[in-house]
Amino acid sequence: MTTGTIDIDAANQTAVARMMAARPQLTGLGRARDVVPGMRDNLLLHAGPPIAWERMSGPLRGAVIGALLYEGLAADEAGAVALVEKGEIDFAPCHHHATVGPMAGVTSASMQVYVVEDAVHGHRTFSNLNEGYGKVLRYGAYSPEVLDRLRFLNTTVAPVLAAALDRAGGLDLRALLAEALHMGDEGHNRNKAGSILFLKLLAPHIARVAPDGDTAGDVLRYLGDNALAVLNPVMAACKAMADAAHGVEGSTVVSTMARNGTDFGIRVSGLGDRWFTAPAMVPDGLYFPGFSSADANPDIGDSTITETAGIGAFAMAAAPAIVTFIGGSPKDAVTATLEMYEITVAEHAHFTIPGLGFRGTPVGIDLRQVVELGVTPRVNTGIAHRLAGVGQVGAGLVRPPLAVFEEALVAFAERYGF
Amino acid sequence: MSAEPVVRTALRAGSYHDSVVLMQLQRALAALPGVLDAGVVMATPANRELLAASGLGSEVVAGPDDLLISVQAASEPAAAAALAAVDSLLRVRAAGTGADYRPRRLSTAVQQLPAARWVVVSVPGRYAADVAEEALDLGRNVFLYSDNVPVDREASLKRKARDRGLLVLGPDCGTAVLGGTGFGFSNRTRRGRIGLIGASGTGLQALLSYLDGDEAGISHAIGTGGRDLSAAVGGITASQALDLLRRDEDTDVLVLVSKPPAPEVTRRLLGEARAAGKPVIVCFLGAAPPGGGWGNVWFANSLEEARGYALKALQERVGASPPTTFSTGGRWVRGLFSGGTLALEILLCLGAVLTPVYSNIPVTADQRLPDPLKSQGHTILDLGADEFTVGRLHPMMDFDLRLRRLRQEAADPEVALILLDVVLGDGAHADPAGELAPGIERALTEARAAGRELAVAVLLIGTAADPQDLQEQSATLERSGARVVRTVGELVEHTWRCVGERPRDPAETALAPVPLEAIRDTRAVINVGIETFAASLAAQGAEVVQVDWRPPAGGNEKMAALLARMKR
Repeated sequence: MTTGTIDIDAANQTAVARMMAARPQLTGLGRARDVVPGMRDNLLLHAGPPIAWERMSGPLRGAVIGALLYEGLAADEAGAVALVEKGEIDFAPCHHHATVGPMAGVTSASMQVYVVEDAVHGHRTFSNLNEGYGKVLRYGAYSPEVLDRLRFLNTTVAPVLAAALDRAGGLDLRALLAEALHMGDEGHNRNKAGSILFLKLLAPHIARVAPDGDTAGDVLRYLGDNALAVLNPVMAACKAMADAAHGVEGSTVVSTMARNGTDFGIRVSGLGDRWFTAPAMVPDGLYFPGFSSADANPDIGDSTITETAGIGAFAMAAAPAIVTFIGGSPKDAVTATLEMYEITVAEHAHFTIPGLGFRGTPVGIDLRQVVELGVTPRVNTGIAHRLAGVGQVGAGLVRPPLAVFEEALVAFAERYGF
Repeated sequence: MSAEPVVRTALRAGSYHDSVVLMQLQRALAALPGVLDAGVVMATPANRELLAASGLGSEVVAGPDDLLISVQAASEPAAAAALAAVDSLLRVRAAGTGADYRPRRLSTAVQQLPAARWVVVSVPGRYAADVAEEALDLGRNVFLYSDNVPVDREASLKRKARDRGLLVLGPDCGTAVLGGTGFGFSNRTRRGRIGLIGASGTGLQALLSYLDGDEAGISHAIGTGGRDLSAAVGGITASQALDLLRRDEDTDVLVLVSKPPAPEVTRRLLGEARAAGKPVIVCFLGAAPPGGGWGNVWFANSLEEARGYALKALQERVGASPPTTFSTGGRWVRGLFSGGTLALEILLCLGAVLTPVYSNIPVTADQRLPDPLKSQGHTILDLGADEFTVGRLHPMMDFDLRLRRLRQEAADPEVALILLDVVLGDGAHADPAGELAPGIERALTEARAAGRELAVAVLLIGTAADPQDLQEQSATLERSGARVVRTVGELVEHTWRCVGERPRDPAETALAPVPLEAIRDTRAVINVGIETFAASLAAQGAEVVQVDWRPPAGGNEKMAALLARMKR
């Protein structure tokens, strides 16, 4: 092993070059049990770093209960909890199975997932279908209408999307994202343009492959009404890009950021699969009428994979409209992006910001720079109610705790003999 | 309810703020109801003593990177309320100034303002050298206001700057006016044709205001920092500044102000000053000047005298031709004087430019000649002193001792120049020149025979009416090969030209000269540290980017050390 002689800067350039070179293609959909590596019937995937049931927050527990009901493994809430407490259900981070999920991120064996393939590096990543707004599983809701909605997505929408994608010969998500950034999206909290592009690209194929006009209409409406429709494939694409940057010897580039509602965790390219975690923070943002920060759950979800890949809050300057979430001015959006350049190792070759003279987005978070400046990555996020099943109560800005980066820096120094 | 006032403190660990912010916070806290007094400081030992002296002391454990807030209040609730307001008061300040993005790194600031040739650094001393070095690495000149930078770091920074054709003004540089823009503490002054170089900030400010009042004005004022002329630093910045102003066509007259420099630095600087091709007024405050002036170099005793000379030089455009230097091959000057006061004045004058000069009547104890019978290094002897005159006549009448000593000195191959005095008049020897001339001639002949170049200079004091015949005495001495001068000043200048002046080190002249744009183009400046500097630069019309600087890793030394190792 090398001792203190490794060229970190060169390693970081390699990592970020791989991240930018990745070319994630949305190739289709499949049942998690069939396509996600290591998936099995009694396994539930969740967002963020590993966590046991005892420490799970309200929304994550709610999503677990909902998934067990959806899978038919339990008949009611009490049955679901009993099943878990008997130890009959295994939990694992989505990230351990090449998967990402927004908010609770709970993914079970029979759910349909998007399949994304990195055309350059060859690996595959996965994400479930976005449920839209309101009472949804990802915020821990598990009422009958939530489960009905899941069934509609998995049995009606997914097959049509799969056939349409097949007919379209796949869809280049990197190109879609690059275009969406020029249309006012930042790819995390704001996916209005991206979702419409998604709809535009698939609509001609949906019209042809849907079993009937009503189904085609339903699927088109699902895509058109849900401004987050493209978020999940985008997250899988970001996961594919981040995974390409993972495992570069001597690199301090952050390759994963994720939260499970209790802990915020990161992984680092040159430090293998080890998580560095600290208690997740409550986002600072605007709340829907009737809610306040007292209702907020600590930060949750795998969607920070967007910031990890150089979009989301890092591309704020491309999405001035989003500053309404934090009560700021468009100048604040520019400031947010400019600040992130100071902790990243490159400017993105493919994701550019018109308002900054088409400068590439800041990409490749460098552990060292985060600790040196005390500037943690910005994250745009939705805010979940701390109780299961209530749903989204607001949106805003959050930053990971500095401690996870400090801890990782110490581990890196030990690992490489600095 | 009248209780004793209470003192309560709060701490913000690793929280760096510039002193203006702290001042404003302190004022805001003191204005809160029930608060009698407030102190907001970075918790250095000195600051904590100051707090204690104002009755705001506390025992709380804190380090120099911690922000310590102390309030004295009429009641416990008033103190608690004041301390609770600290964070929101700090935030108000931050929001009020955050119009545009403030980069966290110097490199980002350079990207944001590529036209900036200057970086003003006023962060705490322990971090200042690193920031300055980064600025140099980014190809920028540095105005280094911070103090407490170790002198070896100063020297290495300045060597790096010199190698790259950049300037480091400071550390502890208070003042500069470059291209009409004032840096640090400076005065708004009219543009003129006098260029200032100063190791002292207030010295420069005094001259700025004097010359502005005189309606002369200045071209540039270049601060060097107080230690620049020390032996450790070697006057690198002062040399660069001399060279810049020499080449600057907006500058006709130069003024150099400093405390007395290290001797070797003096030698080089005066050599450079004399080669400047423009009048240079030199004011080494605290050292007796070596005379009134040497060609283009004039010596001033005070700032006010420097101002007077500068104005005179400006009007007369005098003394611009570079002097000739005499080369004698030897190294040392030996003075054999019959007049004690003459010897003393020579000593005082040479003391400013050649140190040490050993003597039996030394200016300082460490320059006392251990054995009056044996010279060492530069030596000036008063042969009229008691130890030489016991049992013999005064050397103004008896030349035996001086002739012997002349022979002794001339035999020393290290000696380049021998100084003698001849004092005519009633009571003195009837023909001093006749006594000395053969000895001088023999000394010079023998030296030439040995392949050495030796010189002898004689200070001749007397009047045309004196019985010895002044003209004839002078002619006799000159025929012997001596150079004859009539004042101490002339003798000092001649000595300087024979043994003092050192030609420029070729290694130094070969280095990259600082481009004149460095002092002419100050339209854009990057400020790291005290925000009022940014505000006053902006008020003068400069485009300024303020770096939102914090100590590395927030002052966490363990992390900072790790990062330093990982940077290689």
